[in-house]
Amino acid sequence: MSPVGDPKQLEVFVRRKAFHAANGGQREVLRDFSLTLEAGKIHALVGPSGYGKTTLLRIIIGLDRDFEGWVRLPPETKIGVVFQEPRLLPWRSVLDNLKLAAPLAAVEDLTKLADDLGIGDHLHNFPGELSLGQARGVALARALAIAPNLLVLDEPFVSLDEALARRLASEVAMLVERRLVTTLLVTHDIDEAIRLADHILLLGRRPAEIVGNIDVTLPRRAMTADYAAKTKAQIGAILAETSV
Amino acid sequence: MLLRLLSLLLLIALWQAASMVAASRLLPPPLAVLAVIGREAHSHALYFNLATTLARVAVAFTLAMLLGTIFGIWMGRSATFNRLGDPWLVILLNLPALVIIVLAYVWLGLTDVAAVLAVALNKFPNTVVTIREGARALDPGLEEMATVFAMPWQTRFKHVMLPQLAPYIAAATRAGLSLVWKIVLVVELMGRSNGVGFEIGSAFQLFDVALLLAYALPFVGIMLAIETFLVQPFERHVSRWRPKAA
Repeated sequence: MSPVGDPKQLEVFVRRKAFHAANGGQREVLRDFSLTLEAGKIHALVGPSGYGKTTLLRIIIGLDRDFEGWVRLPPETKIGVVFQEPRLLPWRSVLDNLKLAAPLAAVEDLTKLADDLGIGDHLHNFPGELSLGQARGVALARALAIAPNLLVLDEPFVSLDEALARRLASEVAMLVERRLVTTLLVTHDIDEAIRLADHILLLGRRPAEIVGNIDVTLPRRAMTADYAAKTKAQIGAILAETSV
Repeated sequence: MLLRLLSLLLLIALWQAASMVAASRLLPPPLAVLAVIGREAHSHALYFNLATTLARVAVAFTLAMLLGTIFGIWMGRSATFNRLGDPWLVILLNLPALVIIVLAYVWLGLTDVAAVLAVALNKFPNTVVTIREGARALDPGLEEMATVFAMPWQTRFKHVMLPQLAPYIAAATRAGLSLVWKIVLVVELMGRSNGVGFEIGSAFQLFDVALLLAYALPFVGIMLAIETFLVQPFERHVSRWRPKAA
């Protein structure tokens, strides 16, 4: 892990998180789970579905407080979130959606951000008039509009076509790199994690634990096909060994 | 629009025909009613009574909608409050309008306050039930989004919650206007000395059907106009974001 003295953006420790099952029993999702995010870096949390990725994310962003443990954020952390579904206000225009989330942002900045994410022409449309890819773009713009110091992305590129997903992802990576936003990307797509992250955290076993922690030494634009393939093989080996 | 107009004309024609067959002062022809309307308008009695009734409708309706919406949201959002309030609601819903009106007059006297309160109390439980449905159907995903983005409560209320409740508020408004004005007439008949309801009561005692219709029809016209020129445009405005059906 990172050496002592490194600025930590976020530490989370979950002693226990369980859900009530329909049969009256409890289903434990997380136990003695800890996670640290390094300031200004992109972290990808990778694992098959059903391993508590979304649960962990909801704990981090404060939507789920029904657990034993703690979340430690620097004071006045602004969290920008992109949910799996865009969750836009359908009765407000794209621009109003951005403004309502980021009332302090200047309209020029919002317009610029929208341009960067390819939705500049749709600022005055309602979300219902957008394609899924465009709606995802708006959700990303909204999360970035508040100038977050922690960005949490829950499968933000899922069910988009490959080219669009790549384009959006690289736009986001560029914006995040430029502003040094600590980022947590939850994904089940290993290639996406390798393309975007500085650190890849692999989730496995039940209750979930981090079974692998891979530092990407050649992240993003420095990435080579050879390095990507090697990393992928490494991840595949760990997952094969630990998935039940 | 044209079809609606045509259907209205057909109704008037049927009325004319029936009055000719009956040839009785108990079913006056349309023109005779129009003449009475003209007479009442000339003496300003029509305007005064219409305005009085309209004012009572407006106050009672506003009161019932405002309180009904607040309690509806509250009961839709809180299971505890819903369990507490539900028996009261069932009682109010099943209390005949007449009972509420008589009790209001007995307890508060034959006053405008009693009249308006009685009407509002009749409409209130329907509003609560309708808005409660809306509050139960609020999207939890949007609420979480608002929480995560730390939206202040004013923003959450105006931009997240109200737009979701708008169809329910429109339904409550539509059902409410017709209910309120009908009950206002009864209240006026029983305990006020002015307003459309009072005039209709006088007409009843004289068996003057022409006078009765001369007051009832303009008021129906006004309520129709409110529905067409206020409620419907409002509904269209708040639902403008919905993709139009092809």
